[in-house]
Amino acid sequence: MDAVVSAQTLRAFAPAPHARPVAETRLLVVRVASREVHEAPRSTLAELFDERDVLVVNDAATLPASIFGETERGEPFELRLLALPDASRAADAVVLGAGDYRTPTERRAPPPALREGDWLIVSDLEATVVASRGARRVRIRFERQVDDVIASLYRAGRSVQYAHVRAPLALWDVQNVYASEPWAAEMPSAGRPIDFATLDALRKRGVTVARVTHGAGLSSIGDAALDASLPWVERYRVPIETERALRGARRVVAVGTSVVRALESSAMKFGEVRAEESTTNLRIDARHTLRAVRGLLTGMHDATTSHRDLLGAFAPEALLEEASAWAASRGFLGHEFGDSCLIIPS
Amino acid sequence: MELRGKSALITGGSRGLGAALGDVLAKRGARVVLVARDRGPLERVVAKIRAEGGEAHALAFDVGDRESAHRIAGGASALVGDVDVLVQNASTLGPLPMPFLLDTACEDFSATLETNVTGPLRIDKIVGGSMALRKRGVIVHVSSDAAVSGYPRWGSYGVSKAALDQLARVLGAELTDHGVRVFSVDPGEMDTQMHADAMPEADRATLARPERVAEKIVAMIERADSIAPGARLVAPEWTPS
Repeated sequence: MDAVVSAQTLRAFAPAPHARPVAETRLLVVRVASREVHEAPRSTLAELFDERDVLVVNDAATLPASIFGETERGEPFELRLLALPDASRAADAVVLGAGDYRTPTERRAPPPALREGDWLIVSDLEATVVASRGARRVRIRFERQVDDVIASLYRAGRSVQYAHVRAPLALWDVQNVYASEPWAAEMPSAGRPIDFATLDALRKRGVTVARVTHGAGLSSIGDAALDASLPWVERYRVPIETERALRGARRVVAVGTSVVRALESSAMKFGEVRAEESTTNLRIDARHTLRAVRGLLTGMHDATTSHRDLLGAFAPEALLEEASAWAASRGFLGHEFGDSCLIIPS
Repeated sequence: MELRGKSALITGGSRGLGAALGDVLAKRGARVVLVARDRGPLERVVAKIRAEGGEAHALAFDVGDRESAHRIAGGASALVGDVDVLVQNASTLGPLPMPFLLDTACEDFSATLETNVTGPLRIDKIVGGSMALRKRGVIVHVSSDAAVSGYPRWGSYGVSKAALDQLARVLGAELTDHGVRVFSVDPGEMDTQMHADAMPEADRATLARPERVAEKIVAMIERADSIAPGARLVAPEWTPS
């Protein structure tokens, strides 16, 4: 009995309790063909690749997605924006009840009921609910012109906060070094171990680093039914340089599950990855046959999460189990500021 | 760099050289985001560019504030997409009238460095990494001859501009193989509010018009591939090769 309990405990990765410096990130390497599991220093990540490899990162910057407001009736709520407002000043968002990140989302008060036409105050902005999809999903339109809306959201909004991270997070804590357009509701955290020194080392080795921009959504909402339906439809963009870089590559390694979703969605549509801007609701698991991607750099994922399911497309379950147990027993950490796992064919 | 359709982020954009750079870049077809603390003057510059058919946006933030860097870079990318040109033009003279170094409070000295050096570095860090991934981009640091001369009373400002030049030199070396061009420009003495604040007794007739200097700096950006990484260019002496 004890053995069963400890095996289950071992497979849950303790969350990193703060935004750790990138240099502290540990790297687990899983080689599928040889069934080899070992640890490598993060600073040597580039040495695992050569000029025939292409790494694809998600260059979406993280939004100031979390912003507080109240209804006309004075009921407080937190909005989590899934994207910044578009040119029509409208944005999709999830509504949470009163309280903040110190309370885990599943224990937060239910949100006020928002209906189409409701008038809201969001920070110093006025907004109207233009569509309501169930109790927690809304589309809202901000008043004022778009420059003011963007500036105001950046002034008042914060990145999504996590109950397991003690100190409040600033936007500085949740951006990758190469991030550009703010499309991600939460940090595409698989890219954290890639600092500029890694980009520079990859360049010197002749490894191509290509990009997609993928609007990664929320990792959890705190509502069991909605959480089970994640990930939702997310938008992505593949630039023409990436289409070209992927042609003739020996190994394409995705940095993050969002990149896998984008590249596989494109490859399923066209037979190969093509430049496009589109959306995807693809869910990937062990039944998925990979068409574009051969390797994955990701975080340490607990069993029963959709991220962990996705790993099944890259390696047999038994190997993933073995790797998880190996890493958990050596104190690898999970969640946004945790350690990294590279799964490569050989 | 061909500027049509490119995105440009300019700090210190509400007046003087920054406003003129916004105007010239927009006339070349760039999508421009201007940053400054004071919203009113900034919005007037943006309105003028739009009235002339250009695309411009205003973000009222203070480059000296740590939290502003992501607000500026993220807000700009949200408005105009990936930033292709970054002009670090905002700066402060520090307390006026400008004191001798022996009379300068070290807290004021630090505050000047915060706005003129650390603030630009923060934005370079955000925008430069994205440019390196995309393998294109131009970063310009606006300097001053006070960076290389020992003018009495220009101590805090001069030190900050010397440091800004050195940031451009090292960043230029680090990013050149990633396809990103970085250089600094001494615009020379211009007829601006900042010049009047520093030297109220100057004869304005002897000073260059910021619009003319902006034309020259934009020409440098267009020829960035031919400029040595981290070079320090002096606008009055520079001619397109």
